[in-house]
Amino acid sequence: MKDNKNIIIELKNVSKHYEQTYAVEDFNLYVKKGEFITFLGPSGCGKTTTLRMIAGFELPTSGEILLNGKDISTLPPYERPVNTVFQRYALFPHLDVYDNIAFGLKLKKVDDGNGRMRKLTTKEISEKVRGALKIVDLEEYEDRDISTLSGGQQQRIAIARAIVNEPEILLLDEPLGALDLKMRKDMQLELKEMHKKLGITFIYVTHDQEEALTLSDTVVVMKDGMIQQIGTPEGIYNEPANAFVADFIGQSNIYSGTVIDKLKVRFLGHIFDALDEFDKNEKVDVVVRPEDVKIVPPGEGMVNGRLVSKIFKGIHYEYLLMVGRSEVVIQDTRNLDIDKEVGIIIEPDGIHIMKKELTANVYDDAYIDKNNNVVISDCAFPCDVTQLVPGSALDSEGYVIGPDGAKYDFTDADVKATIGLDQIEILDNVDEGTAQGNVVSLIYKGDHYMLTVRTEEDEDFVLDTEYTYDEGDRVGIRVKPEHIGLTLKGEAGKYVKK
Amino acid sequence: MKTNPVIDFIRKFYVYIILVIMYAPILVLIAFSFTDTRLIGSWNGFSLRLYSSLFKNEEIVTAAVNTFAVAFASAAVSTILGTLGAIGIFYSGKRTKAVLEGIGQIPIMNAEIVTALSLTILFVFFGVKFNFLTLLVGHVVLTIPFVVLSVRPKLMQMDPNIYEAALDLGATPNKALMKVIMPEVIPGIVSGFILSVTLSLDDYIITAFTKDPAYQTLSTYVYGVTSKKGTLPPSLRALTTIITLLALVVLLIANHRSKTGGKKTHHNR
Repeated sequence: MKDNKNIIIELKNVSKHYEQTYAVEDFNLYVKKGEFITFLGPSGCGKTTTLRMIAGFELPTSGEILLNGKDISTLPPYERPVNTVFQRYALFPHLDVYDNIAFGLKLKKVDDGNGRMRKLTTKEISEKVRGALKIVDLEEYEDRDISTLSGGQQQRIAIARAIVNEPEILLLDEPLGALDLKMRKDMQLELKEMHKKLGITFIYVTHDQEEALTLSDTVVVMKDGMIQQIGTPEGIYNEPANAFVADFIGQSNIYSGTVIDKLKVRFLGHIFDALDEFDKNEKVDVVVRPEDVKIVPPGEGMVNGRLVSKIFKGIHYEYLLMVGRSEVVIQDTRNLDIDKEVGIIIEPDGIHIMKKELTANVYDDAYIDKNNNVVISDCAFPCDVTQLVPGSALDSEGYVIGPDGAKYDFTDADVKATIGLDQIEILDNVDEGTAQGNVVSLIYKGDHYMLTVRTEEDEDFVLDTEYTYDEGDRVGIRVKPEHIGLTLKGEAGKYVKK
Repeated sequence: MKTNPVIDFIRKFYVYIILVIMYAPILVLIAFSFTDTRLIGSWNGFSLRLYSSLFKNEEIVTAAVNTFAVAFASAAVSTILGTLGAIGIFYSGKRTKAVLEGIGQIPIMNAEIVTALSLTILFVFFGVKFNFLTLLVGHVVLTIPFVVLSVRPKLMQMDPNIYEAALDLGATPNKALMKVIMPEVIPGIVSGFILSVTLSLDDYIITAFTKDPAYQTLSTYVYGVTSKKGTLPPSLRALTTIITLLALVVLLIANHRSKTGGKKTHHNR
C-alpha cells in the first residue's frame, strides 16, 4: 500500500503539547501526491493545530514532519513549499486584489537557467496573477480594493493568492466556514474542480462532515488530538471504527449489543445476522444507518415497534420508532401514519459492529488518602478499602485488619481504581457531587446516552445515563463506595503497621 | 409637553457654548496679536509690529527653536520605540501582555512631577550632566506610552492572521513586519507622532527638571519671565498665534488624509 515515491508528506509520531494539555497526540499519517485529504473533527480536536504544524506556524513538541522524505519540522513557514488559505481569508487590506495575489510572487526567486537566482519579472508576475484570477473566476477584479469584495469573492482571492505560488501542498483551514450555505455548496464543487485541474495536494480542515465526505479522497477523523479513523468517505461512513466516528459522520442509530454466536449479534431484543466477525459473548457497539432500516407491516419484520413521530425532510421522511425503550431513527420515502405498530427489517449489510470502546473507567494514578477515600483527579471518593486485603475488616480507628490480624495503613497507597460506566451517578446539583466537571461529549445509544464528563484536572468520567444533557453543561458526579474497584500497586505487605 | 426656554436654549446650543468657552481665550489672544498695545484689552489699531519684534527677540526665537528641536527629536525616538514596543506587546503571550500593558500605562496615570523627580535622581545618581540628551530622554519617557496607546488599537483591529499569511507567502519576519504590519498601523503611528510632538511642545515639569540650566524652551522661558518680571513680552501673543495656526494646519492635513485614505490606483505593469 505504502509507496514511498508517491508520498509527498508524512507525519511521524507528531505531538503538540501546551503546558499541561495536549492538542495533538502521536499523529501518524502519510499523504500521497495529488490527494485531497481532510482533517475532520469537532472544535478542539487538534485538526487546525496539525495543519498549522504542517504550515510551520507551530512547532511539534515531538515527532517529525517529512516533506518529500526530508524533515521540515523546524523549517520556518517562509521556507516551506506549502501555502495556506486561512479561515478568515487574512487578505492584506492595504493592497488591492492584484498586489495581494502578487505578494508571494514578488518575494520569490527562481533559477534563471544558469544556476543563479533571480526575481520574477513584472511581466511574469502579471501573467501568473491573471492566470490565478482566471482559475478563481474573478478576471476583471485586479484593481479592486479588498474592502469592496463580498465574502465569497474574498475567499476566492485568498485561494488565488495561495495557488499562484504553485505550492506542493495547499492547506485550507475551514475556508468555507464564513460563507452562507448556498455559497458554500458552490465553492465546494469549485474547490473539487480546482483540485482536479491543478493536480496539487490539498489538505483541508473542517468540522462539517458533509463537506468532508463531498470533497475528499481521504478523511482523517480526529477527536481529542487523536486520530480515530483514516479512510475513504465511503469507508468511514459504512465502516466507522468506533461509536464516535459513527455518531459524528452522518446520522446513526448506535446500540450496545452482545455477540451471541459467530455472525450473530443481539440488540433491540432480537438476534440479527451480521457480517462482522467478533468473539462470542463480546460486548459491542452496533451502528445502523437510518436508511438501512426497512419498515414492513407488523409481524412481518424482525422486530416490532411503534412509530411515534414523523418529520418531512424533502426527499424522505424521518420516522422515530420505539422498540421497547430504545429509539430507532428511520428514513423512508413513503408517507406512513404514525402512532401505529410496524415491523422493521435490518439486512446484515446494514449492521455494522464495532469493538466497544470502553466498558469501565480506569484510573491508574489514584491513591488512598488518610480518611480511606480514593483520590481521583484531586477529588476524594469514599470507597471500600477492605477489598485490598481479602477477608479483612475496618477497625474503629480506620485501619484495615486482615484475616490474620495484621493491621494495614493504606494512607498514600497507590492504587488502580475502576468504575463501571453505569455506576457513576450524574447530578444536576453540582455541589452534591463528589467531583465536578463539564459534559464534553455525548453519544446516543438507542435507549441511553454515553456521556463524558471532564473535570478541571482534565480527568474524564465516562458514564451511561438515561437523561439528556448538552455539551458544556456543568454537572456533579457521585459513585457509591462499593462500586469503586480498587487494585493495589505493589505488595499489601509494605502497608502493614507494626 | 411644556419646555423651559432656558433648558431648551442650552439643549440647542450646548455644543456651541462649550466651544466658545474652549476657544474664546485663544481667539482673544489671536485678535490682540495684531495690535501693538502692551496689555490685552486696549486696541490702538491694526499692526504687525508684534510679529516683526518677535523675530528680533533672540531669547524667544532661541527658545522656540529649542522647543521644536526637543519636540521633534523626542517624538521621532518615541514613535520608533513605542511602535516596536506596541507590536512586541501585541504578539507576546497572554500573561506577559497583561503585565507589560499594565506597566506601560503607569507613566500616564502617574503624576508628572514624580516621573520628573525620579529621572533627575537617576541622572544625578549616575553622575550624568544635564544636557540636551537628558532632556531628550525625559521627553521620550513622557511620550512613549502615548505612542503605544495610539498604535495598539490599530493592531487590535488588524486581522491577526495577516502576519502569518505573509510568512506563509515567503516573507521573512522582518519583511512581514515592514510590508504587512506597518501599513496597517501607519495611521496609529502618525497620530502617535503628532501626539508626542504636542505633548513635548508644552511640557514644563519634566523639561524644567531634566534640562541644562542654560537651555530654554518656550515653557521654561515663559515661566522664567513671569516669575521674575510679572508681565509677558507682548510679542509672545504673536508666537502663540503662529503655533495655533501651525497646529490647525497639521490637523487639517491629518483629517484630509484619513478621509481620502491616501489612495493610489495605478499599477505599472
